[in-house]
Amino acid sequence: MATSSDVGRIARAHASWHWSEIAFWCLALACGFAFPSRYLIMTDIVRLGLFALSLDLILGYAGIVSLGHAAFFGIGAYSAGLLALHGVITEPVLALLVAGLAATVIGFLTSFLVIRGVDLTRLMVTLGIALLLEALAERYSDITGGTDGLQGIVMAPVLGLFEFDIFGRTGFFYALIVLFLLFLIARRVVHSPFGLSLRAIKNNPLRAAAIGVPVNRRLIAVYTLASFYAGIAGALFTQTTQLASLDVFSFERSADLMLVLVIGGTGYLYGGLIGAVVFRMLQEFFSTITPEYWQFWIGLVLVVIVLVGRARLHRWVLLVPNWISRQLSGRKAAVAIPESEA
Amino acid sequence: MTSILTNLFDGVAYGMLLFVLACGLAVTLGLMNFVNLAHGAFAMAGGYICAVLVNGQGWPFFAALPFAFIGSGLIGAAFERGLYRHLYTRSHLDQVLFSIGLVFMSVAAVDYFMGSSRVFINLPSALEGQFDAFGVGIGRYRLMIIVICGLLTALLQLILAKTRFGSRLRAAVDDPRAASGLGINVPQVFAFTFAFGCGLAGLGGALSAEVLGLDPYFPLKFMIYFLIVVTVGGSSSITGPFLASLLLGIGDVAGKYYVPKMGPFVIYTIMIVILIWRPNGLFGRTAAR
Amino acid sequence: MFTNKRKLRWLALGAVATGALASAPVPAQEVVKIGLIVPMTGGQASTGKQIDNAVKLYMQQHGDTVAGKKIEVILKDDATLPDNTKRLAQELIVNEKVNIIAGFGITPSAFAAAPLATQAKVPEVVMAAGTSSITEKSPYVVRTSFTLGQSSTIIADWAVKNGIKKVATLTSDYAPGNDALKFFKEHFTAGGGQIVEEVKTPLANPDFAPFLQRMKDAKPDAMFVFVPAGQGGNFMKQYAERGLDKAGIKVIGPGDVTDDDLLKDMGDAAIGTVTAHIYSAAHPSEKNKEFVAAYKKAFHQRPGFMAVGGYDGMHLIYAALQKTGGKADGDSLIAAMKGMAWESPRGPISIDPETRDIIQNVYIRKVEKVDGELYNVEFETFKNVKDPGKTKK
Repeated sequence: MATSSDVGRIARAHASWHWSEIAFWCLALACGFAFPSRYLIMTDIVRLGLFALSLDLILGYAGIVSLGHAAFFGIGAYSAGLLALHGVITEPVLALLVAGLAATVIGFLTSFLVIRGVDLTRLMVTLGIALLLEALAERYSDITGGTDGLQGIVMAPVLGLFEFDIFGRTGFFYALIVLFLLFLIARRVVHSPFGLSLRAIKNNPLRAAAIGVPVNRRLIAVYTLASFYAGIAGALFTQTTQLASLDVFSFERSADLMLVLVIGGTGYLYGGLIGAVVFRMLQEFFSTITPEYWQFWIGLVLVVIVLVGRARLHRWVLLVPNWISRQLSGRKAAVAIPESEA
Repeated sequence: MTSILTNLFDGVAYGMLLFVLACGLAVTLGLMNFVNLAHGAFAMAGGYICAVLVNGQGWPFFAALPFAFIGSGLIGAAFERGLYRHLYTRSHLDQVLFSIGLVFMSVAAVDYFMGSSRVFINLPSALEGQFDAFGVGIGRYRLMIIVICGLLTALLQLILAKTRFGSRLRAAVDDPRAASGLGINVPQVFAFTFAFGCGLAGLGGALSAEVLGLDPYFPLKFMIYFLIVVTVGGSSSITGPFLASLLLGIGDVAGKYYVPKMGPFVIYTIMIVILIWRPNGLFGRTAAR
Repeated sequence: MFTNKRKLRWLALGAVATGALASAPVPAQEVVKIGLIVPMTGGQASTGKQIDNAVKLYMQQHGDTVAGKKIEVILKDDATLPDNTKRLAQELIVNEKVNIIAGFGITPSAFAAAPLATQAKVPEVVMAAGTSSITEKSPYVVRTSFTLGQSSTIIADWAVKNGIKKVATLTSDYAPGNDALKFFKEHFTAGGGQIVEEVKTPLANPDFAPFLQRMKDAKPDAMFVFVPAGQGGNFMKQYAERGLDKAGIKVIGPGDVTDDDLLKDMGDAAIGTVTAHIYSAAHPSEKNKEFVAAYKKAFHQRPGFMAVGGYDGMHLIYAALQKTGGKADGDSLIAAMKGMAWESPRGPISIDPETRDIIQNVYIRKVEKVDGELYNVEFETFKNVKDPGKTKK
């Protein structure tokens, strides 16, 4: 039995930064300098990573499955687009925050619908909300531009200093910095007592309630937080592409997101980021080889991942790093991915 | 007045079609607890089998329909034995990943072999057009859909309620361990049920080519509708999905007719309201899965 | 168990990413590269495939060298998502150093790429999208497809002249559909016609039945229909099923609804449909007969107007290169393209030197059975029609 001081010590140990994490972020930054010709796809990956991080907060930590996370992505995207288009708030960082808050409001309001019910119900309610918003955006095409999307968005320089350029350089570093800051917050949150209580709820809501965790309030809080993240991801999308059209709400976007997170692994924050890298790279790789039939190969990869087993695959991926770290540290290193299913 | 009845008729036909398409999913998801998002792919297979037989080989439409059922059923059985059964015990997320993968593969494969344009099945002229019954316009094809799907529904209900296989299936679902203890070959029952569900979907796919359109993106386009039918209907019996299909069909048609701009809005609102009101669906079991 | 040692995992992944990200070095300027961005997957895939086929066919017939330069086409799939189009266009321009971007299945895609064309001074050859305002988005946009205004105004005038008084409209709710509706309405009501019912259908729409029922209940003389390429077949089927043909409600519209690509399978209900359009596979010219025969031989399909748009786009690029003597910078190419005139499978066409939009004949056609197959048979020609969206200004 662990005493309470033990629990605190272990929690603190988990919360401390590991050198591999630092390496990860250094590497991400290095990519920005190493591949100046690929800023656009890297920006895309960063955006997707942030979006997946948002889903991880509710799926990986609180066990809420969602097939409609694009709802908040879309709200963020359209908010940012409308703000810029009508010149309400031209400064991107401020507009980003406002767009994120708009998504937060919607997230808070819909969270009451989502926390009811079981997995399948939640899946469909979240999906329904996203589709509803898509239908609304299509209906009020005089505001949203309908299927044609918002046209003619022009972004002001970030902080009035950095102009968005054709190579996507500003866009990439801007997105990466936003991702990093939000990641820091997310990391802080999941290692806080609040984050631990979420894990308790995920593992067993009844028991969590019995030890005095206000289950519903915690779920509402994390769902709202996740919607803020998704809104920011959406706003980043609009700001870096200067586009916003109906597909920001689409089912495909939510479904892809789920794939990304599941590929990367849930419940350790980096899953979404890694999944985003892997998924986009695969997509890019296959669609370069065969622009017509790349979906087949993506599908095959997904099927193989499941058949082989994600846990086993992760072990294989880690074989080499494990071996190296054993050699380096001289200790038996048990590298494992903490993963649990929703 | 007559337009109301015509719309009702269209809605019922649409709903019946959705039911035949989706009831296999109700079984796999509700009874076997497997999230099979690739269900639409089996429906698409049936549609293309029918299209190839009728357009390519010159078979009559009604002769090709049973083969759409058998063909999809066989494909379903092969997939169940080869792949699905290994995944019954896996997490839902794995199942989602796997079945979405299958959908992507089926989409690209059909695109490769059949082309990406929409496919039409040559119909006998008896099924074309509309006739008037007491001033209400009745589409011949839709009438046929209602008849075929109605018969199928009754048959399904009978099989589940009255036959030995039906009781075996219900037993296997309620408690697989006890059922196998009683000498019921549970995997076999599941395999057969899965294949039967796929066959029904294939038949639905063949029937829907005329109404919904058949192209390689069919499984993706209608995945949402299938899921709505199953979740709104609940999974304890086939009555739930049946009523949910009708509701969805009528809601969709009426929504588009009376408020064309808000069409999709109507369906999703209905769905959310029902799920908030009854999280396990209209006829759901209380047990949370 | 939750351990803290996920060492080097990131590094390993990083190494994978590094390999995938590094792009091959670009060879020097002896080749002229064309970035072809079209939807090859998703609901609009048939558009992309027709264009891709036509481009391949053109290169087969005319070789891959023009004015001493080797032509290289890089095909990319944007899956009909404008943000994809934009990213791909940007990458093609920045990394592959393409000289020309082409394709663009839908209007939002063409819009998304336009600022890049301006910024990078790269010609954007629009081979499919048909909204009037696209060519105004950048001085580097050239169009070889058509605009909805061209065909919609003509069919409106035709309808007025042929005694059609009451029309119900059914159009897809996006820019080209709204264009078609706008131009039709203007001309039709100016000629004394009356619009009795107006329905806009969502772009992704599986079931036309309820909309058609509305049309039927409005009891018009004819219905004006615009649906994007690929949906025409489904529309016609349901039109017949609902008995609108029996009720005497004729279909008129721009030719998208009776796209040659699908017309063969639409069934006899389509017979008698009158449309105004820029291309019919039955266009009675030598050039077209050759084109249709070659296309059918290569791809076992009848070419539609999307294929012709791609074919003519390639011709425009080839001819412009010839004219500049192989100079492939954007300004010279655009200058060469302006005013270019040639004989296309659809008839004589030219590029308007002022708007960079296409000037072409618009034909009134009626669907008829020719040798047992349905064809759009042309029976009236309006010569050298400019895009009405711009002539007004």
